[in-house]
Amino acid sequence: MTLPALGWQGLVVLATFGISLLIATYCTYAERVIAAFLQDRVGPDRAGPFGLLQPLADAVKLFTKEEFFPAGANRALFVFGPCLAMITALMSSAVIPFGNFLKFGDTEIHLQGIEINVGMLYVFGIVSLGVYGIMIGGWASNNKFSLLGAIRAASQNISYELAMGLALIAVLMMSGTLSLREITLQQTHVGGGWHLSDIFTWNVFKQPLGFIIFIVCAFAETNRTPFDLPECETELIGGYHTEYSSMKMGLYLFAEYVNVFVATAVMSVLYFGGFNYPFQYEFLDFLTNKTSLSADWAHNIFVLMGVVAMFAKIFTGIFFFMWVRWTLPRFRYDQLMRLGWTILIPLAIFNILLTGGLITFGVIQ
Amino acid sequence: MESLSKRAKVLTKKPMTLAERAYLPAIFQGLSITMQHFFRAATKKQVTIRYPEETRPFSPVFRGLHVLKRDEKGRERCTACGLCAVACPAEAITMVAGERKKGEENLYREEKYAVSYEINMLRCIFCGLCEEACPKAAVYLQADKMAPPRFERDEFIYGKDRLVEPVAPDLRSKRGIQLTPEQADTLRTQTA
Repeated sequence: MTLPALGWQGLVVLATFGISLLIATYCTYAERVIAAFLQDRVGPDRAGPFGLLQPLADAVKLFTKEEFFPAGANRALFVFGPCLAMITALMSSAVIPFGNFLKFGDTEIHLQGIEINVGMLYVFGIVSLGVYGIMIGGWASNNKFSLLGAIRAASQNISYELAMGLALIAVLMMSGTLSLREITLQQTHVGGGWHLSDIFTWNVFKQPLGFIIFIVCAFAETNRTPFDLPECETELIGGYHTEYSSMKMGLYLFAEYVNVFVATAVMSVLYFGGFNYPFQYEFLDFLTNKTSLSADWAHNIFVLMGVVAMFAKIFTGIFFFMWVRWTLPRFRYDQLMRLGWTILIPLAIFNILLTGGLITFGVIQ
Repeated sequence: MESLSKRAKVLTKKPMTLAERAYLPAIFQGLSITMQHFFRAATKKQVTIRYPEETRPFSPVFRGLHVLKRDEKGRERCTACGLCAVACPAEAITMVAGERKKGEENLYREEKYAVSYEINMLRCIFCGLCEEACPKAAVYLQADKMAPPRFERDEFIYGKDRLVEPVAPDLRSKRGIQLTPEQADTLRTQTA
């Protein structure tokens, strides 16, 4: 890679970082507004027009709150916990392909922070690391409730990661690659003519069962309702972040939203065709042949539309996460474990067998 | 056993069907219900009252902050008879009476008037007995004003400066003020 290209790639990494943070910031606002609307309320509308400056006000509040350390807490770990949660949450968005590549003459800028051919494994590894942030924070608090929340988080993540991984294997069997970019590119149909097959190439139509398992596990992995047992207020006060205050608390809450963002991004890459959108090749054809744009710019506009499509899918996913949160009650802990081990994992294994059979008999590739 | 109200319902605990055990149909049902609420909140007017900008309408019989009325010529009606203070169950009203001097006829209607008139709003229970006791139709509880919150206790002792109605009619309480019999009469003649 040449030096300017490296510089451009650095910019993409920075942009990914900034976008993750920005989306997480406005998730806090969106969560409250959506919750309010789902409950026939108004939601925050004081700070700025429609309350849009509310996240800013929250940030100021969190930064100026007292830094509290509980007696007997392990100070170093107490600080390290939220940092780790935040770092791992932000790291996982680095490999998400938000778009194909932009072309400026000879330089190609890939709209993906880091392109590695084991992107899916990387995301899984980092997401599994994320639970350490919760565990360390819960343990360092020197509080029974925090510890219980941390233990729950750990066991929940381990159980649901299994089913999630198994659901994913079915996708990998079809795609034959771990690269998120490759998986995205496979979910499209190159060819002329008017057809809807641009949508039906999405994995969600080939793997409906796998998708349901994946999304249920994604809820559990991000500790969102109905699986938010680690921070279950009714039993554990605040769960692992009971003892946290000020920005350390803010980092935990923030990390959760970054995780939601990454989970929806991964979901749209794996199951909803990532940056592909319906009629994209017709659109490209139109741009190159029917307009006076140069070939590069026609390609760039086509790619940027893909980025828009990707973010539309992500936002829909985030909305769905919030919609579910304000609809479903929380599971009981034993129900959660039973669902994970006795239903989701066997279902995921069945899905693998089914996919394997279908591939063997040539029904799907 | 014979049911007394005939409303008792026999419940049978049926085993759940496959659709119920799968849980997903119920989830989609719940999601559709919340989505209906979402669009209802987004399109129709919400029931929320955004307080400082919008206020809930007061009842016309609400008894709020006191006012000492003036008559139609702008003279204070109160004659410091003390009947309101006697009627007050919370002993919130105190006053000092004084004699009207020559040349003050346009200020006070009667020969005796209240030099000071104080109501302690922390003691007041807003029962309205002072209003009923007043023979001169001078003290009223306004239907559209409340004693606002303060930080200091002594700020709750309202003197004449805050109780007596302003001379200019447009500065007076806009809504729900009860007119004195004379004011009602003049209003009637003016409109007729």
